[in-house]
Amino acid sequence: MSALTHLQRLEAEAIHIMREVVAETRAPVMLYSAGKDSAVMLHLARKAFHPSAPPFPLLHVDTTWKFGEMYAVRDKSAADAGMELLVWQNAEAKERGINPFDHGALHTDMWKTQGLKQALDHYGFDAAFGGARRDEEKSRAKERVLSFRTATHAWDPKNQRPELWNLYNTRKAPGESIRAFPLSNWTELDIWQYIMAEGIEIASLYFASPRPVVERDGMLLMVEDERFPLADGEQPEMRSVRFRTLGCYPLTGAVESEAATVRDVVQEMLLTTSSERQGRAIDKDEGGAGMEKKKAEGYF
Amino acid sequence: MADAEDRTYRPDALIAQDIDAYLERHRDKGLLRFITCGSVDDGKSTLIGRLLYDSRAVFEDQLGQLESDSARVGTQGQDLDFALLVDGLSAEREQGITIDVAYRFFATESRKFIVADTPGHEQYTRNMVTGASTADAAVLLVDARKGVLVQTRRHAFLAKLLGIRHVILAVNKMDLVDYDRATFEAIRDDFAAFAEDFGFEGLTAIPISGFRGDNVVERSTVTDWYDGPSLFEALEAVPLAGEGSQARPFRMAVQWVNRPNQDFRGFAGLISDGTVRPGDTVRVLPSGAQTTIKAIHTFDGPLGQAVAGQSVTLTLAEEVDCSRGDVISAADDPPQVADQFEASVVWMDQTAMKPGRGYWLKIGTRTVTATLAAPKYEIDVNNPAGSGSRLAAKTLELNGIGVLELRTDRPIAFEPYADSKALGGFILIDKERDATVACGMLNFALRRAQNVHWQPTDIAREHHAALKNQTPRVLWFTGLSGSGKSTIANAVEKKLALMNRHTFLLDGDNVRHGLNKDLGFTEADRIENIRRIGEVAKLMADAGLIVLTAFISPFRAERKMVRDMLPEGEFVEIFVDTPLEVAEERDVKGLYRKAREGKLKNFTGIDSPYEPPEQPEIRVNTVDMSVDEAADHIIAQILPLK
Repeated sequence: MSALTHLQRLEAEAIHIMREVVAETRAPVMLYSAGKDSAVMLHLARKAFHPSAPPFPLLHVDTTWKFGEMYAVRDKSAADAGMELLVWQNAEAKERGINPFDHGALHTDMWKTQGLKQALDHYGFDAAFGGARRDEEKSRAKERVLSFRTATHAWDPKNQRPELWNLYNTRKAPGESIRAFPLSNWTELDIWQYIMAEGIEIASLYFASPRPVVERDGMLLMVEDERFPLADGEQPEMRSVRFRTLGCYPLTGAVESEAATVRDVVQEMLLTTSSERQGRAIDKDEGGAGMEKKKAEGYF
Repeated sequence: MADAEDRTYRPDALIAQDIDAYLERHRDKGLLRFITCGSVDDGKSTLIGRLLYDSRAVFEDQLGQLESDSARVGTQGQDLDFALLVDGLSAEREQGITIDVAYRFFATESRKFIVADTPGHEQYTRNMVTGASTADAAVLLVDARKGVLVQTRRHAFLAKLLGIRHVILAVNKMDLVDYDRATFEAIRDDFAAFAEDFGFEGLTAIPISGFRGDNVVERSTVTDWYDGPSLFEALEAVPLAGEGSQARPFRMAVQWVNRPNQDFRGFAGLISDGTVRPGDTVRVLPSGAQTTIKAIHTFDGPLGQAVAGQSVTLTLAEEVDCSRGDVISAADDPPQVADQFEASVVWMDQTAMKPGRGYWLKIGTRTVTATLAAPKYEIDVNNPAGSGSRLAAKTLELNGIGVLELRTDRPIAFEPYADSKALGGFILIDKERDATVACGMLNFALRRAQNVHWQPTDIAREHHAALKNQTPRVLWFTGLSGSGKSTIANAVEKKLALMNRHTFLLDGDNVRHGLNKDLGFTEADRIENIRRIGEVAKLMADAGLIVLTAFISPFRAERKMVRDMLPEGEFVEIFVDTPLEVAEERDVKGLYRKAREGKLKNFTGIDSPYEPPEQPEIRVNTVDMSVDEAADHIIAQILPLK
């Protein structure tokens, strides 16, 4: 007899977490962003509940500023899984025309943080799966698998429950809700190895291709559509780039790359010398404590 | 000595030369989870930072950050302060954020690792127990200058308590004792003598310097007298978790029943022990129903075999009763079923344990109500192996560890924790606050539960009630002292007697003169008082009577406990709602005056809380109603009682 491999153990653990949450909560939902972690999480959900379709809907908290391809990937993935797809756009943000170019941090707060709270309240979900991993960032290392939120979605860091073995305490007062992270113990390399081993479809934005970009503040930004305001003299140029993470296109930096397949991406990643979230503007807001603060406010 | 000056990330040459070969080699790595124990003073953060750095889990941008942080706030002079890679915990502690465990990830050539890093001195027991629950091995740090300390003993004991079988004793800061062989060997022997009682399967002592990197990745030349493994080598040699549990008889706790249509009924779960194949004979516990495995379903198709550690969906050949919480097991070697146990319990909450109170107990995928007896003894974690390790205790406070007896409200399938973590480890949840207040390990089942069988009687409770031509009820009056419970209950009983109903009134003061005269007024005694009254009321209701009880019964949890003992609808909670000022003004027995003067301790409403019912079946307001009106109001709502 031989021990299971690390990917087999991580897979079994993620499936176990999803089944526990489904068995013990009233109305779970899976947050879906069309990124690679979402793709892996969705794939695991299909495995967990096969031959049934996962017994919860997918929720996309949309900002209207995602890469165009992400919307197509999103719709196809939901259809393939036989799951209902809910899309939520913050009506107030839409009406006020909140956008990443003019409104900075307010854009993330209104579209994502407030949008998420609105959607959870609107549908009455009491548990939401998210694809966050502990290795993403220093402050995530101590995050629990199940994180509890008050009726107003506040995170009370002084009142978190210890998690022992694989016994999760899912009991909560009416109005309280759970954020569940089945990928807690996965690393970026695990995600890529799993995508490769399982043949999981992900957006082509993760692979190098000639794309129109401009360079700003050391970041390569893709000129995705006509909403991208070019400064005087700024001229998009075609460069072979790919993205390590996907978010709102004006906030997501590309890296120059020739890696056009999963295998090439993994090779490049293993040879690379900077961490994954480096390309995202979001962590740099408000100094090093940016992510911590966003979480307390209700960001995933 | 490792080169502390080499700060560049050095990818494996094979990645660039032949990525396919590299990936092939790294695809099937095993996963080892371990915990590091020791305080900041032992250099724990520095060692973990070193593990991440030397295994190339640190990227250039993070390294840049580390270099600037080291220069700014580092404690190692010109050198990199590896502790800063994993710290940040101290700042969070200042903000009051609860951090029990932080998890870190790294890999070597042959394995992936998850490190549970538990910070701080405060709350140490709670934190270490949490981290140790999922660990296959423990790295115990000792400062070479200080040797085996009280805390080293504590760490070893907690590792043993949580079932960790492999311990690595990392004698750190060897650079500060000039890599002295005798110092290392004295510490090694000292610890081995102490740990002998714990029976660890593997115990490896390694002289290291987390700061310099000696014997962390590679064996160091400065300790040429040492011929054992480096820390990485030792971690790579620990047997993986699954290897042992696969050899055990098959067990799987059912998480979820999968019913996509009428033709498919699958039982989803994580196999905790053993191996399963289609055709195997299995037993469903606690019912004991026997059947065979029809198929093992996965998204990738049916399997011919599945092993411990895999999440699967099983279908069974026959339609047997099986749902979430049940355990499917090998038919010829099933786990035991019992409802009374001896357990080791670690208390993890600010609120102390309350003997007699009902808590939710979650074990495997089953949640039941459990009541705990007062501890037989508490274990002195600082002196765990000595003869003075057993302390007398009436309860367990935060971080207290005790051995006690507990019973569950129904039989559960279980195994001693030493045999199976999955079917022997449990958590306790406070029913009011939903907080996880403790964890525990079942040691064995108490024989008395198995030998005292329920005696079936020919005249069932329905017959008793039918003979009396009435429906049994327990009318549970609750309210402050002096609220009028006894007076109103008495009036209700008189009216029911006139209607030819067979009744019995249990009164607080009267019961305390007899059945419960051994009990005082502490919280634990009050809980036991109500439990006994509940049991008596239940027997009387079984006999067909309408029982009236008049007790303050201040706690929601105990009233709920009695409600749960009785068939649905039989328990009628009557809240005699008299404001404290009014009850105190009346002070029929002069008790409030005594309590205010401090002559009476633990008096409800004064220095002991009263938790009013949230949804009583009946509420009477004694300020606006006379006794007679209140009695009529109650009777109107409980009739016809036939």
